[in-house]
Amino acid sequence: MNDSLSLVLFSGTADKLHAAGTIAAGAAAMGRPVNVLLMYWALDAFRADRIENDHGLAYDAARPRFHEPVERIKSIPWLETFRQAKEIGEVSILACSGSLDVLGIDVTTLDPLVDSSGGIASFLMAAEDGQLLFI
Amino acid sequence: MTATLVELEAITAARVVDARGAACPGPLLEAKKAIGTVPLGSVIEVWSTDPITKTDIGAWSAKVGHDFLGALAAEGYDRVFVVRRK
Repeated sequence: MNDSLSLVLFSGTADKLHAAGTIAAGAAAMGRPVNVLLMYWALDAFRADRIENDHGLAYDAARPRFHEPVERIKSIPWLETFRQAKEIGEVSILACSGSLDVLGIDVTTLDPLVDSSGGIASFLMAAEDGQLLFI
Repeated sequence: MTATLVELEAITAARVVDARGAACPGPLLEAKKAIGTVPLGSVIEVWSTDPITKTDIGAWSAKVGHDFLGALAAEGYDRVFVVRRK
C-alpha cells in the first residue's frame, strides 16, 4: 500500500468542503501525496466566479439545535484549507472531465487551485493502491 | 525523545510561531511551514490554544521524522517544542 491519500469530492456544501480541505491539508503536512478529484457539486463549488458565494451546508445542519455552530461553520473559509494544503505539500486537484461536460463548465473558468481536468482512469492511476475517500 | 519540563523551560527556540486562536489543522500547518525555515537541529516552538495541538504535532513529528520534545502549559495556551531533523 502506498502513502498517498486520494479524495473524491462529490458534495459541494461548505461544511463538507471544509472537512475535506482539513483532511487534505493534514495529509499534506504529514508528507503524504494527496490526489483530489472534483465531481458534480464539488466541481461546481470551484467555479472561479462563484467560489466566494454561500455554498450552503449538508442536510444535518438544518436541525434547530445546530443553529449556533452553523453560523460559525459558515464563516470558515473552506477554500483557504485547500490553498494551504497546496502550499505545504504535494496536492493535485483534478476536475472530472465527465462532470465538466454534464455541468457545462469549461475548465478554464475554475479557480486556479484546480490543476487540470482528467478522466477517472488517470485519477485512479494516481491513487493506485493508496487510501481513497468519497466525500 | 521527550524532554523534561525543566529542560523545556530552558529552551530558546530558533523560531516561535504564534498560532493561538487557530483551530485544527491551523497550528499543525503553521508548524509544518515554520520548521522548514530553521536549520537542522534547531527547535521551533508553537503556541496554540487548541489542547489537541500537542498530540497532533507529536504524531506529525513521528511520521515526518522530527523530534517532538513535549509541551509546556502557559496561561491559556500550550507551548509545543519540536527539533527539526530532516
